[in-house]
Amino acid sequence: MAGQISEKLFNFFNLGRAEGGDAAGCGGGDAGGCGSGGCSSGGCGSDSSHSVLDKQVGRRGALGMLFGGAAAGASAVKAQASVLSEESEKEQKLLEWEEYFKGNFRLMSAEEKAQTVERLTSLARIKSGRNVHIKASDANEGVLYGYAFNISKCKGYRECVKACVQENNLDRNTEMQYIRIFEMKNGEMNLEEGDTEFHHQVPAAGHFYIGTQCFQCADPPCTKVCPVGATWQEPDGITVVDYDWCIGCRYCQAACPYWARRFNWSEPEVPAEEVNPNQHYLGNRARKKGVMEKCTFCIQRSREGRLPACAEACPTGARIFGNLLDPNSDIRYVLAHKKVFRLKEDLGTEPKFWYFMD
Amino acid sequence: MNLIHFFRSALRSATGGGTVYHLWMGTLTLLMMIGAYAYYVQFDEGLVVTGMSDHVSWGLYISNFTFLVGLAAAAVMLVLPAYILRDVDFSRAVLIGEGVAVAALLMCLSFVVADLGGPLRAWHLIPKIGYFNFPQSLLAWDVLVLNGYLALNLLIPFYILYSHYCGRQAEERYYVPFVYLSVFWAVSIHMVTAFLLAGLPARPFWNSSLMGPRFLASAFAAGPAFMILTFTFIRTHTRYDIPEHALSKLAMIATVAAQINLIMLGSEVFKEFYYPTHHSQSAVYLFFGLHGHNGLVPWIWTSIGLNLCATAVLTFHPLRRRPAFLGVACVMLFIAIWMEKGLGLIVPGFIPSPLGELVEYAPSWVELCVTLGIWGMGLFVFTVLVRVALAIELGDERSPLARS
Repeated sequence: MAGQISEKLFNFFNLGRAEGGDAAGCGGGDAGGCGSGGCSSGGCGSDSSHSVLDKQVGRRGALGMLFGGAAAGASAVKAQASVLSEESEKEQKLLEWEEYFKGNFRLMSAEEKAQTVERLTSLARIKSGRNVHIKASDANEGVLYGYAFNISKCKGYRECVKACVQENNLDRNTEMQYIRIFEMKNGEMNLEEGDTEFHHQVPAAGHFYIGTQCFQCADPPCTKVCPVGATWQEPDGITVVDYDWCIGCRYCQAACPYWARRFNWSEPEVPAEEVNPNQHYLGNRARKKGVMEKCTFCIQRSREGRLPACAEACPTGARIFGNLLDPNSDIRYVLAHKKVFRLKEDLGTEPKFWYFMD
Repeated sequence: MNLIHFFRSALRSATGGGTVYHLWMGTLTLLMMIGAYAYYVQFDEGLVVTGMSDHVSWGLYISNFTFLVGLAAAAVMLVLPAYILRDVDFSRAVLIGEGVAVAALLMCLSFVVADLGGPLRAWHLIPKIGYFNFPQSLLAWDVLVLNGYLALNLLIPFYILYSHYCGRQAEERYYVPFVYLSVFWAVSIHMVTAFLLAGLPARPFWNSSLMGPRFLASAFAAGPAFMILTFTFIRTHTRYDIPEHALSKLAMIATVAAQINLIMLGSEVFKEFYYPTHHSQSAVYLFFGLHGHNGLVPWIWTSIGLNLCATAVLTFHPLRRRPAFLGVACVMLFIAIWMEKGLGLIVPGFIPSPLGELVEYAPSWVELCVTLGIWGMGLFVFTVLVRVALAIELGDERSPLARS
């Protein structure tokens, strides 16, 4: 057992270096976001692993004061000597205990956010032996995200679905998917007549394809109904879920007119080697059973100025993403020059997701 | 001192009794244990062990919840005439009605907790400590009104019973204001629960302004039906006398409510089927099946059949006045409304999905066992409450200090 752990630790050091370049990249984007992660001491290179370990001992000492000084002293000595499985198990219990009593993310101070991010990072390392980088970055000023879908271009390849599953660490066990691609017969525009379970070569003759996901409504019915305020719309227009605050009542799922929300009916599973370590607290970090999740326009990417995974993966260029407040953005070009429409406009939910045809 | 005696007496009358009583309580305990085991399985593995899915995300639990809110609210149909209209007929029946309310509310809360994905995080609902999204979320409203109603229905009977136990009259000026409050509160619990569903434009099947009134009508039929059955049992098996005309008045209330409920059903059916739109798909699924999916068709027609028969029997005075017919009609009415205001209301709301996909629902063994367990718990609580209330009201249990 001890060997296993030290092997995990070894992997973690290796990964720390391997991911170094990627993680350091975020330092340039949003200083607040990166700083609140496990690498506040400037760069996110291999040094970060040491700083995490240092912090670990410090926090352990602080916790020890709660549970008795002697135990704390003993545990601190042990921690420096070697990392035993028993130790990491105890550590995991303590971290989970602290996590259980944390507050709603929206009401946390910057310090509290940094603390929970650190705990979650440690937990991820203990559980899977992998080093993840969790950001808690706020929305960028002057940004409101919008999306457009070119029905003429989509050929139903579903590369977007695949990219989404990988990027967002979606549960492989139940094959959760945020995106649905409807195969429609020519002459139909009613999604109810569409087929989402097509398994043949695409594009099929006489058919066209139309994709749905969370439309990030400007007036979302889902956030209003949440009894505990675990889901809300961020200033950049992305509707997010605090996975640790959600109680799993599924009222939001009933309230969504676009069937965009997904529930973790069982403990979600992602093979350790497939986990995307570039994570966001409100995005693709590890979920647990009994909580709701949804598309966040890949908040971990979009807030760094990157495209959502689906838009980047689309081989036909059917997916347009950008800042609605930037007059020079692609999305604004589409809205200005194409005839666009949205689904269920009559409900007044004001989706920020438009469809158009060439 | 009296209080300790009170609870000791309560425990004595709840645990003492004949073989049949112990057999009954034993059966209920067994049901609760089965339910507890099933819930353990669900707690351990997650809601994946239920029949629910992302398509039909509420099932048997929420179905029972909506029905039982109605049963709890129906206690007011006894309270209103007894305390406010001064119709003394009901004074002896009111305590039982409040017992029904308490048991039904405990079941409601249990069903909601059983439905939660993260029951351990339920403390997030506590105002101040957690984050209570009030007044935006109707579920927050529901938590508030259900717990408030539970408190009222524990408080009022406790005060009355405790006073009698101590050998004195219950002071009306102390408890009648709360009785008035509970009348409004009873209407509110069912209206709020209806609004919880009716407030979702994503689900046209629920998004109807008739939802609230229809909930009340069906509840005021099913609730008194249950109480008629209970009172009949109490009249024949105990010395506690509930006057005949109290029963017949209650039957009258159930009859009128059942009739109004049918008128509203007709109104809904007309609206959905005179010119069916896309918003009528759920109703089409429920009553006739949609594209070969017809899981609820036998269910809803059984319910409507029972409902029509029961209402017909109740409507004809000569039939209603015969205890045997009345009893059968009440059983039929209760089951019919449980079927309709339960699965018949919740499940079709999800079928088809908002994007038109057809995925059906059937409860799993875990859901069935947990549901049985919660019903067992409710009946257990109800039996205990009624037994204690009767023991005190009949004078079998009196405070030893009362005589001095």
